[in-house]
Amino acid sequence: MANQTNSGNERVDLAYRRRKNAEEMRHQMIAFVLMILLTLIAFAAVGYEEFSHWFVVPFILLLAAVQVAFQLYYFMHMSHKGHEFPAMFIYGGVAVMLLLVWAFTTVVWW
Amino acid sequence: MHAEEKLTAETFPAAPERATLEGKNKFLGFWLFLGGETVLFASLFATYLALKDKTNGGPSAEELFQMPIVFMATMLLLTSSLTSVYAIYHMKNFDFKKMQLWFGITVLLGAGFLALEIYEFYEYVHEGHKFTTSAFSSAFYTLVGTHGSHVAFGLLWILTLMIRNAKRGLNLYNAPKFYVASLYWHFIDVVWVFIFTVVYLMGMVG
Repeated sequence: MANQTNSGNERVDLAYRRRKNAEEMRHQMIAFVLMILLTLIAFAAVGYEEFSHWFVVPFILLLAAVQVAFQLYYFMHMSHKGHEFPAMFIYGGVAVMLLLVWAFTTVVWW
Repeated sequence: MHAEEKLTAETFPAAPERATLEGKNKFLGFWLFLGGETVLFASLFATYLALKDKTNGGPSAEELFQMPIVFMATMLLLTSSLTSVYAIYHMKNFDFKKMQLWFGITVLLGAGFLALEIYEFYEYVHEGHKFTTSAFSSAFYTLVGTHGSHVAFGLLWILTLMIRNAKRGLNLYNAPKFYVASLYWHFIDVVWVFIFTVVYLMGMVG
């Protein structure tokens, strides 16, 4: 793949790319801080005994789903162009996961 | 662009992991593999959820799990995910030394995580929670142990890449290798997010 910028001046292109990379790294840092925050909230929700089981379980599952989305779309760059097939593979896996969990926890019994 | 071309920061492409055909193939093939890994862990999670209350007289999740050690392990692995992002950031800037440094930090954090997990399993066995104690214990060790073995494999993989390429520097032949290894490392963290939520936190809630 060719470089995205083409001013004909390599130094200018490099400076531009470095700036873009640095900006992306700032977004990664923000994603990381949010992920730590979500983790802290999940642990705190479980540690705080006043909350009922029926609230805490769906709540921490939701936090986990959001955190995983951050991992996939930021850390693993799935938000970038050219990730249509990766997204299909992962969502295919997630569909199987939902089916398996549903089957094992409801249909299977002993 | 061909793989062994000598590059400078100026001529290094913006997406070095996909600049060659080999890189493109590795990238796509590895994501397909991660889809398969998702299914592998899905089956282990489903088994665990079906069997988690069948303790057969052995210790239950609520009796076993301790929040501090799980919290520590989570922070170590989450931070190691960020440090490997830094490594790839420096790779894109064609800074081989900094990439190696950040991958090195990633490996150290991952090793810390693995040490905590080994200590944790050791404690559980002493409390009578062995692999064959109950359906719960078998499902637990299979799920968490499979994840732990992925961490161990990831550590060896990254270390091997670092040592193998130490004198070679960065080029379009090894950039996809480093990139794909970092994807694997993030995926391990993705699985851990579900493990600490579904196994540990839901286990402590009861």
